[in-house]
Amino acid sequence: MELIGLVAVATGLIIGLGALGACVGVGIMGSKYLESAARQPELMGVLQTKVFLLLGLIDASFIIGTGIALWYTTANPFLAQLANLPK
Amino acid sequence: MAAAAEHTQTPGEYIIHHLTHLGTGKPKGLVDFSVINYDSVIFSALLGALGCFLLWRAAKKATSGVPGRFQAAVEILFELVDNEAKGIIHNAESRKMVAPLALVVFVWIFLLNAMDLLPVDILPWIWALIYGAAGHDPAHAYLRVVPTADLSITMALSVGVLILCLFYSVKIKGLGGFLHELYVAPFGTVKLSANPLTWIGFILLSIANVAMQLVEFVSKTVSHGMRLFGNMYAGELIFLLIALLGGAFTLSVSGFLLALLHIGAGWAWAVFHILIITLQAFVFMMLTLVYIGQAHDAH
Repeated sequence: MELIGLVAVATGLIIGLGALGACVGVGIMGSKYLESAARQPELMGVLQTKVFLLLGLIDASFIIGTGIALWYTTANPFLAQLANLPK
Repeated sequence: MAAAAEHTQTPGEYIIHHLTHLGTGKPKGLVDFSVINYDSVIFSALLGALGCFLLWRAAKKATSGVPGRFQAAVEILFELVDNEAKGIIHNAESRKMVAPLALVVFVWIFLLNAMDLLPVDILPWIWALIYGAAGHDPAHAYLRVVPTADLSITMALSVGVLILCLFYSVKIKGLGGFLHELYVAPFGTVKLSANPLTWIGFILLSIANVAMQLVEFVSKTVSHGMRLFGNMYAGELIFLLIALLGGAFTLSVSGFLLALLHIGAGWAWAVFHILIITLQAFVFMMLTLVYIGQAHDAH
């Protein structure tokens, strides 16, 4: 019971902290992009490609973390370990 | 999925069923080379052949007059990859091989990712019918439809990129140059002289440099593969969870609302996922170009 509770909290932390980092990062990058687009509108197209590239990179760890957290929620490997513990 | 004979599937079992590969077994530990996931391999091969066929058709029917829509679409795709390759790889000789490589990587990974947009149960259900008709127990008919949600496939792609980087490093800088760079970059080195202090400094710096280079290679390759895997695995898992919402449909208010939520959330996530699959294929292609381009630079 404790194990399931702890895993649930861990899942929440993984997803939450990952989302926090990713969103703050994307927000900073987006604000810089908007600023530079306002200063030099002719560079908007060139920079937009780079923005999407960076978006993909920033999202990486967060989504890997979400995948692992969802894996813990559904097919929890710790329960299997617990079942295999020698009595 | 259909209920097993003894009891109806719990949600956990449904998800575990859908996350099991059609292969030679479960991997014992993180790296197990004796396991082959047949579903990933077969789908990758089929989709690769499909991608090659489509591009070949476009090239065969290409006219220099006003292009049709298909030719125009392929030309847009080609121009995108070509411009990126020209911007990143400055060696025209390497570009002859690397630009088509980038195009193949983009098209192939896009097709592999796009398998995630099919309804979650449809291909596994058809496979279960075939499996049952062939006389086996359909409850054990496993099929995973998205090859890039399999860590083996994405790591294979990124290790392939790593091998190409090493190949181009040795080709451009020579074997001696490559080895020299291993212990000189990124911290620099010390000129050896009669003073024993320079020998100690040289050895320490060389160890630091080699360690950094190894870490760089490993982290670039692992992150390259894991990024694609993580995105596709998480996407597939969320599709499965949304499917469970639909599975909770009963003739009651909450059951009805859950089914509506299933349709709404399923639509929204699928639309978002269209962006994600294209973006991840694009990011993989760009990083392939960047890593191979970095192999051309002399530090």
